[in-house]
Formats: sequence, structure tokens, C-alpha cells
Amino acid sequence: MSEASSFEGLLHRALSPVDPPEDLGVRLESTLLSLTTSAAEELESWELSAMRDPRNWARPAAAVAVGGSAGVALVLLRARRSASSRHSALSGVREAAERTAGDLRERAARLRRF
Amino acid sequence: MPPQQRSKAELDAEFSELYRSHLRDVYSYAYYRVGNHHDAEDLTEQTFLQAYRHFERALRESDGRPLRPWLIRIAHNLAANLYRDRSRRPSSPIEDTSDLAASHTTEELVEGREQLSRVLDGVGQLSEDRREALIMRFALGMDNREIARAMGRSDGATKVLIHRAVKQLEEIVAGEEARADE
Repeated sequence: MSEASSFEGLLHRALSPVDPPEDLGVRLESTLLSLTTSAAEELESWELSAMRDPRNWARPAAAVAVGGSAGVALVLLRARRSASSRHSALSGVREAAERTAGDLRERAARLRRF
Repeated sequence: MPPQQRSKAELDAEFSELYRSHLRDVYSYAYYRVGNHHDAEDLTEQTFLQAYRHFERALRESDGRPLRPWLIRIAHNLAANLYRDRSRRPSSPIEDTSDLAASHTTEELVEGREQLSRVLDGVGQLSEDRREALIMRFALGMDNREIARAMGRSDGATKVLIHRAVKQLEEIVAGEEARADE
């Protein structure tokens, strides 16, 4: 193997792909799903008669905005995450990951002493 | 099917497919870009939410080409905003290289942890565009054309960028090794 390709092999190992936490995928999917579902439900319940009153225009307009703009969900997502996820199931996963990383660091340190 | 003829359900199904295929790519990019899992999760979420918002237009403009470079470009822009908002920039793509232990096997750690650590530290010393190009090439396995699209450069300029990045990194690592041997 040439020196260059050997170095590139090292780079492949150093920059190996990182698997996302399992709960990230679940959370993201449910956020996207709830976005489209809630927007659709809001629009379905939009009664034309109620729309004669301008005071009622805000809700359907908001539903359209949410349905068309997933970015809005980020605010909800962040609020929900900061309120619960860090301290519930996620913290369990994190703690396990931190423990594993800690174990490996400890093992590496032990090996270094030999 | 042309994007303008797709129903909402079809678009959502296609987006789900894109998401499933590239969640790991986006997360890997985000992780090596921001250097910690917490920000990488946020960046990944924001990337897919923004991608969802503009998916129909992206499909229309992609002309059938893969959308991975577009996704990575979104992540790149969001990461840039993140650092601008916080008025800081990471000194290294990996704030704590030992955190990477979780993504490598114990055997790898034993065999080449010092070397891997030097490489990662070296990656952190590269300019932003060189670092990004290496992340895309080696962590995501993107080819020159994909990287060029993600970075908004020509194929030729991207090839040169990657070549110079590898060369510079090799010199940095060699320098570090020489210093360690002294």
C-alpha cells in the first residue's frame, strides 16, 4: 500500500460515520408527522361560516403556516426537548453512552500504562 | 414523476425515504462539524425540518440528481449560523476526541488511538473549507461531484481542495509524530 493511500485509510478510520442516537430518529419522525397531521386537522375543522368574523382568521392562517413551514415546529420541538427529553428517556441513553465512553477511556488509560 | 404532479402524500413518502437514507450522513456531518452530540442532534433536526420545508422545490430543481449534497449544504449553512449566533467557532471539529471512543471499537482504540487522535486534532487545525471537504469525503463517502455540489464549487476546484487538505493534514500529523518522538 502506498503512503498516501495508507494515510487515507487512517483518515477513513478517524472519520468513521457516527450513528445517531436511536431516539433522535423517533423524535424527528413524530415531529414531522405531527406537523402535517395537526395542520390538516386544523384546516378540516375550518368552518366557512366562522370565517365571516375577521377575529377567526388567525387560526386557519396559523394552520396553513404550520403546514407549509416546518421551521415553525422547531420552536415547539425545542421547547418540548428542553422541558422533558433531557431528563427522561434521553438522559438514560446519554448516561449509558457516557458510561461506555468512560469505560473505554479508562481501558485506554490502563493500556497506555503498560 | 415531475414534482409538480406529485400529491402531498407522495411528497411526504419521498421525503421519508430521503430522511431514512440520509439521517446517518447528516448526523455524521453535524457531529464532526460541531464536535459534540448535543449540538449535532439539534443541527440534524433543524436540517431535516428545513429540508422538509423546501423539499418540493429541491425536487423540482434537482433534475433527478441525488439530494444528499443539498441536505449537507443545508446542514453547513445552519452550522455556520449556529456559530455566528453564538459568536464563537470551535477550535477543533471534535471538542473532546475521547468522545469518539463510543464510535470506535476497543480494538481500534488499542491499535491506533494515538494516531487517530492526532489525525482528528489535525483535522481541527485545517481551514473550514478543507475540513468540510474531508468530512464529506471520509465520513460520508461522498465523491468529488457530490462534494462540489454541496460546497458550491466546480469539480476541479473540489479535487484540488481535497488533495491539498489531505497533504496538509499529513504534514501536520507527521510533525506531531516527530515532536512526540523527541
